[in-house]
Amino acid sequence: MYLFVLVYFPEVQFPLTFCYKETISERNRNMIKFFLMVNKQGQTRLSRYYEHVEIQKRTMLETEVIKNCLSRSKEQCSFIEYKDFKLVYRQYAALFIVVGINETENEMAVYELIHNFVEVLDKYFSRVSELDIMFNLDRVHIILDEMVLNGCIVETNKNRILAPLLVLDKMAES
Amino acid sequence: MPAVSKGDGMRGLAVFISDIRNCKSKEAEIKRINKELANIRSKFKGDKALDGYSKKKYVCKLLFIFLLGHDIDFGHMEAVNLLSSNKYTEKQIGYLFISVLVNSNSELIRLINNAIKNDLASRNPTFMCLALHCIANVGSREMAEAFASEVPRVLVAGDTMDSVKQSAALCLLRLYKTSPDLVPMGEWTSRVVHLLNDQHMGVVTAAVSLITCLCKKNPDDFKTCVSLAVSRLSRIVSSASTDLQDYTYYFVPAPWLSVKLLRLLQCYPPPEDAAVKGRLVECLETILNKAQEPPKSKKVQHSNAKNAILFEAISLIIHYDSEPNLLVRACNQLGQFLQHRETNLRYLALESMCTLASSEFSHEAVKTHIETVINALKTERDVSVRQRAADLLYAMCDRTNAKQIVSEMLSYLETADYSIREEIVLKVAILAEKYAVDYSWYVDTILNLIRIAGDYVSEEVWYRVIQIVINRDDVQGYAAKTVFEALQAPACHENMVKVGGYILGEFGNLIAGDPRSSPLVQFNLLHSKFHLCSVATRALLLSAYIKFINLFPETKATIQDVLRSDSQIRNADVELQQRAVEYLKLSSIASTDVLATVLEEMPPFPERESSILAKLKKKKGPGAGSELDEGKKESGAELNGGVEPTASTAVSPEGWGPPAEPRRWGGCGFVCKNNGVLFENQLLQIGVKSEFRQNLGRMYLFYGNKTSVQFQSFTPTVTYPGELQTGTQLNIQTKAVDPLVEGGAQVQQVLNIECLSDFTLTPLLNIKFRYGGALQNITLKLPITLNKFFQATEMLSQDFFQRWKQLSQPQQEAQKIFKANHPMDSEVTKAKLLGFGCALLDKVDPNPENYVGAGIIQTKSLQVGCLLRLEPNAQAQMYRLTLRTSREPVSRHLCGLLAEQF
Repeated sequence: MYLFVLVYFPEVQFPLTFCYKETISERNRNMIKFFLMVNKQGQTRLSRYYEHVEIQKRTMLETEVIKNCLSRSKEQCSFIEYKDFKLVYRQYAALFIVVGINETENEMAVYELIHNFVEVLDKYFSRVSELDIMFNLDRVHIILDEMVLNGCIVETNKNRILAPLLVLDKMAES
Repeated sequence: MPAVSKGDGMRGLAVFISDIRNCKSKEAEIKRINKELANIRSKFKGDKALDGYSKKKYVCKLLFIFLLGHDIDFGHMEAVNLLSSNKYTEKQIGYLFISVLVNSNSELIRLINNAIKNDLASRNPTFMCLALHCIANVGSREMAEAFASEVPRVLVAGDTMDSVKQSAALCLLRLYKTSPDLVPMGEWTSRVVHLLNDQHMGVVTAAVSLITCLCKKNPDDFKTCVSLAVSRLSRIVSSASTDLQDYTYYFVPAPWLSVKLLRLLQCYPPPEDAAVKGRLVECLETILNKAQEPPKSKKVQHSNAKNAILFEAISLIIHYDSEPNLLVRACNQLGQFLQHRETNLRYLALESMCTLASSEFSHEAVKTHIETVINALKTERDVSVRQRAADLLYAMCDRTNAKQIVSEMLSYLETADYSIREEIVLKVAILAEKYAVDYSWYVDTILNLIRIAGDYVSEEVWYRVIQIVINRDDVQGYAAKTVFEALQAPACHENMVKVGGYILGEFGNLIAGDPRSSPLVQFNLLHSKFHLCSVATRALLLSAYIKFINLFPETKATIQDVLRSDSQIRNADVELQQRAVEYLKLSSIASTDVLATVLEEMPPFPERESSILAKLKKKKGPGAGSELDEGKKESGAELNGGVEPTASTAVSPEGWGPPAEPRRWGGCGFVCKNNGVLFENQLLQIGVKSEFRQNLGRMYLFYGNKTSVQFQSFTPTVTYPGELQTGTQLNIQTKAVDPLVEGGAQVQQVLNIECLSDFTLTPLLNIKFRYGGALQNITLKLPITLNKFFQATEMLSQDFFQRWKQLSQPQQEAQKIFKANHPMDSEVTKAKLLGFGCALLDKVDPNPENYVGAGIIQTKSLQVGCLLRLEPNAQAQMYRLTLRTSREPVSRHLCGLLAEQF
């Protein structure tokens, strides 16, 4: 409880004058920035951005990202520092899955998230291939949206990830 | 199941995708896409109303086209129409289109909002989830306005399905990020925290993300999440690998949730409650133990998931920076990873160890791995891993291993990737300067740098070596000799010529006694390089020549000939021509005295922050290393009161010279004043304004980030030494500040202070934050001293003496006789006494030279009347100070405080 009001408060001149500005970009910083599936030819098969990126910039970013991944050998690590964020990638046959994360995210957790995602796809498509992904883009999106929402991991349990899809398929059959 | 398209196979879509795949060229693809776009457009514009199925098919095609990198400028309306469909499949594709293609400033938001509103009200959990996902993905301000009050209700309502709760949590997180002002904390906050206890792991996973974001802004509101998170974590960590069923991933129970819980805990300081803390330490130990156990599966997924948790646990241990045992164990664990066959692990271990190196508890443990790290630098095949190794070497460097590390980095430089050479050069230059014991080693190192990687040696580096040589006269002769030798090489880098020209021009005389480096030999050596150099370097050499004329009159004729030659005096370059003309004239007209004055040795440079360091910071931003940890490593946290701080006296820790006394800050300077700069180093400036009334006070602390890089996990905390801990003397209330402080930004913190009873110790302010990878830790005294609660009391002479006599017991009086530390100016003394808080009483003391004051110390439990008398003796430069109060400790304490002020 404060009974007095500060009546007189002399302004102090600090040698450094700061003006406090709240940076929106910082607050909006997502853990996962984007999730990409790109094949060896550089064709994007899935892209999900959790931060708004202009379409022209997307194409450029995707090209650069895949170039970065392709140039690496198996002995090199799966984490790449890229601009002000990090890329975590895994290769499945001719398909690369690349996730852009911010500096503080746990690389290993994201690395395994990718694998979990692929296992879910495998379970749903019974051995997933690039074609499955192309022809069922909406399904893949649903799966990803169940796992990652707004840049955060929401669900990791395979059965629960697939639950809404199974409802959908049932409705389609009937 | 159909081979290509699952579910309600859309033939048209499949055909289109096949067509695209069969396109032989980019042009063919674009043609096919344009044809399809025209087709869809005409269908949408056509008179015939499309059924849901067709709309869905076309929207899918548009999504695919968008994915290929083509902008889609129509179809939005159709997608919005799909939202109101009753068919889940159609509704779903509508929402998908919108969350992929619509950004937050679309004009359609209002229509979308309507659809969302209906679905939220539908009580159909699948529809609700779709609607919430959409808000979470688009998250515009308009959406926040429409749903900010609804979503928290859905989240905490008892009858909400688990899956809806998950979506609602992430949805609320998005709204809070977009428009925090529209999401007021309220009754729901405590219930959100309790979601950590939810039976359903998916709900917990979503809730942790939400709480992690909310608690950064409102740490007090969410404080209870610490104990809940700890108990949740402990249940997961100690569970058998089969307990959590579907949330177990390759025998690791709930790895992602564990990581998130550990991340949440990093928003707070270590738990104060001993039981909670004990439980947490147990968890962390279990995690470290598990790393040593034989793996439950040979699958790499198993060890990866386990290590994800381990790395996050280590981050938490480093964040707390208070458990030496755990820190050392973490370091040993990382040490094992350094030799692991998995490149990913080696990379992460190097990165993590880099932050460990800045903790005083584990710095030594990190240093034991120096050989492994050096080996990594030499043998790793991946440049990013080598880069991490170089960063770690830089972070673990101190006086004991500087020579080894610098020499390893130098030899690495010869083969280093071009992309990181400049950075290595900067790091070597900084380490060489910071840890130089003898300056000749420093000069050798920098000249080696120029020799090995001259192209990557920036101006800052060679400017700096010159500054240092000029400021240190004991190294000048050695520097002159060394550059002279270096210049003998048939091909030497232009930067070497620059340094050589400058140093010989200034200090060539120091080696001129040796006939092998006589003035003329020196000049000829320099001049032999002249023709190969750029204009800037030639200009510098011309200046060196005119300096030679002053240093060695015997070279005058030779040099004048050079200046007079057509290639100088008629040089096409204006700068060179002008220098040649002016120097020639100067040397022929001016007398030796004038020449000696004009061309005098350069004065020492003012000490300032190494420009190299600034460059590295600019280049690297975060991760630039731990250049400012020095204070911490070598002197522990900076502590104690000190002199009146002024910005200009700040000595940079990198400043050249013998290790300076750590700057003393805080406390005492503020006994007699309430405002000013409390602390300043190269990273941080802390300003203070305060106001006290009776037993209450309010203090504003202004934390200014002086760098261009963000501070992370910025946590100032007030701590109480000794008896202040009892909480019966001082009560300080404050709110935590935003843990992120942007470069150049200033954040403010308010402390509300209540004095409960008299006290003698000073509360401390501890500030921890991450700058780049390094943890910074600063402790200073808060300027809160007992005299702040002084209330001045005017009284007449007779009253004064009456009270003075009443306080005549020996323990009520404290007296000090001391030497004046400052000039004895009566105005200054008066100002200090008034600043101290008491009233100055005129005409009380018969001797007008003396000062008499009176006041009352206001505390909540009691008031302490206080009388004082200060007798200066100008002749002896001494003071006698006498304090009388009703409480013995108060008399002694105030007397001590005040005596230090004169």
